[in-house]
Amino acid sequence: MNSLLLIIIPLVGAVLAALWPENRTRPWFLPVVGFLHMCLCFRLLVAPPQVSPEAWVGFDPLAAAVLPVVSLLFFVCGIYAVPYLRIRQERPNRVFVAALLAVLGLLSAGHQARHLGILWIATEAVTLAAVPLLHFNNTPRAFEATWKYLLVGGTGIALSLLGSFCLGYSSLHGGGGGDLTFVALMAQGLGLSRPWVLAAWVLLLVGYGTKMGLAPMHTWKPDAYGEAPGIVGAILAGGVTSVAFTAILRIRSVINSAGEGQMADRTLLAIGLFSMVAAALFLLGTRDYKRMLAYSSIEHMGILSLGASLGALGVWAALFHVWSNSLTKGALFLSAGNIRRAAGSPSLTDVRGMSAVVPRSAAIFVTGMFAITACPPFGPFFSELKILGAALRTGHGMAAAGFLVCLLFAFFGLTRVVFAVVDGRPRSAAKAGGKCFRETFGLIAPPLLLLLLSLGLGLFTPALFQNTWTAAVAQLFPSP
Amino acid sequence: MISTLNLLVGLAMGLNLVALGSSRLPSLIRTVATQGVALGLMPLFLESHHLDWRITLVAMATVAGKGFIIPGLLRRAMRAANIEREIQPFIKLVPSLLLGAGGTIAAVALAGALPLLPEHAGSLLVPGALASVLTGFILLIGRAKAISQVCGYLILENGIYLFGLLLIKTTPLLVEAGVLLDLTVGVFVLGIIIDRIQRAFDSLDTRKLTALHE
Repeated sequence: MNSLLLIIIPLVGAVLAALWPENRTRPWFLPVVGFLHMCLCFRLLVAPPQVSPEAWVGFDPLAAAVLPVVSLLFFVCGIYAVPYLRIRQERPNRVFVAALLAVLGLLSAGHQARHLGILWIATEAVTLAAVPLLHFNNTPRAFEATWKYLLVGGTGIALSLLGSFCLGYSSLHGGGGGDLTFVALMAQGLGLSRPWVLAAWVLLLVGYGTKMGLAPMHTWKPDAYGEAPGIVGAILAGGVTSVAFTAILRIRSVINSAGEGQMADRTLLAIGLFSMVAAALFLLGTRDYKRMLAYSSIEHMGILSLGASLGALGVWAALFHVWSNSLTKGALFLSAGNIRRAAGSPSLTDVRGMSAVVPRSAAIFVTGMFAITACPPFGPFFSELKILGAALRTGHGMAAAGFLVCLLFAFFGLTRVVFAVVDGRPRSAAKAGGKCFRETFGLIAPPLLLLLLSLGLGLFTPALFQNTWTAAVAQLFPSP
Repeated sequence: MISTLNLLVGLAMGLNLVALGSSRLPSLIRTVATQGVALGLMPLFLESHHLDWRITLVAMATVAGKGFIIPGLLRRAMRAANIEREIQPFIKLVPSLLLGAGGTIAAVALAGALPLLPEHAGSLLVPGALASVLTGFILLIGRAKAISQVCGYLILENGIYLFGLLLIKTTPLLVEAGVLLDLTVGVFVLGIIIDRIQRAFDSLDTRKLTALHE
């Protein structure tokens, strides 16, 4: 029941927010619902409920391993949303607040989906619910980004449905009774029809890979993240991508039990490394600091995919990396949003010297950049170290070398853009914008909090989380 | 009954080619609508021995959605935007027709190589599904107008629906209901976006959407 409440509370909140009459007080729904959701989520994490094997939706170990960080990120973004939407009073926020809450509810459904069909419906619904968030700024560029997001994302989601049907047919052809829960599919194992399993894996990887933003299906990502408000970027990069990642993990475990695990791992490894290379190259070329964050997100999705291909050790490290990436990316997106508000432009051509205009946001932005490029002692350093260790221990020396080279180039690309934004003498337009934009406590505390959480995650890595990740790995790699 | 079903699938495959050859938007929308009706009728023939209310409901909802509501929305968008009716293709009509025809032949050949259950062996559902998915992609890639891209997306979805018919007996209806719902909402959202693009760019030509690039 509690696991259903995780879905119901935000959806009810979304309906109430849509009916709420006042523009000024409506944003408070975000932190309040986020707080309730987070409390419930962490309560379930501490005292995991019994999930019956045939349940279609449930707070199973894999959901417990990822959903709490999404909930935490949403809560902190919700705190940020209140002052942010106050300075954006010119835009009506009814649809924005309702859609954001709906995204939280649907993300909870997607993370807890134990049935192929439910998983697909939740992912599709998240894709649609995110549409009003992307064109919140109401500029032609925002509509262009939204159109591309819908077209590419819609095609990806259509292919993942076709893949789900193929997996369903492979079960039917192998004598299955049409039970599409992951548990039943894994139990059927070698009985699944081999050619259909292969077709399903390709389609599902392309489909959910599009949602995750793996190259070469990443094309919507820079546009969407570049044009949407920072808070939306934070939730898309930290929450929506993670639901696609857990979908791929659940499906991989079915493919593995059908005896095609090695093939699945090879494709995940290849697509992961390709994403990292593509992202590193684009990072060296981009001239827009919000698009830079999108490319960095593509790089980290590549890292997750690489981690997922390295067996139990790698999946454990990838789950760790979901946490560290989500928290750090959140800090980066929110501080970049502040800089964007003050500077009035996302392009390096117009923006420089922001450390003089918005010193606190700039400091968080730079620190966040060092955190995401895996400088110790932040979370990403330790999670990427674990992935590297898993690669070396499973004998993927070349992949480990490629991983390190990509990290190095991504570091060059990120530092180039970040220091161009922060250093130098500010332009007069930015100075004027900086006078209008005040770095209030409400706009600085949330990104700072996320950064501190990332630091704490790296330094302490609570045993509670480690145990959940271990339990999730045990769920994905059942011992025979 | 399998022969009637195959007739409908064959009709849908033929309509794929008509869609690829259409040079004007209204005829493209009409083709997609006709294909939607043909698809909606299929579950009735597939399950004609024991027709229950759920299958009938799926059939009715599909005919209404794919055949009337969505094409109606598209026509409304077309009128509201007051755009030229000519389709401006990136891939010209004859090459897209040739691609589509080649794809259909390849789909039939590929479906022959895939292992099927005995009751599906004689049916055209799998080649029909593959051919429609391919046609959808050609339209998505090869057309400039936003509305013709939406039509391409609809044909792609139709192909997936055809494949889903293989599973209609065993999968709980929930999955099908979700598909219908999402499709409608998806196009509804697309419709809104089309409206906004029109107002923002004063055109529905996606070639003008070039502000965002590296």
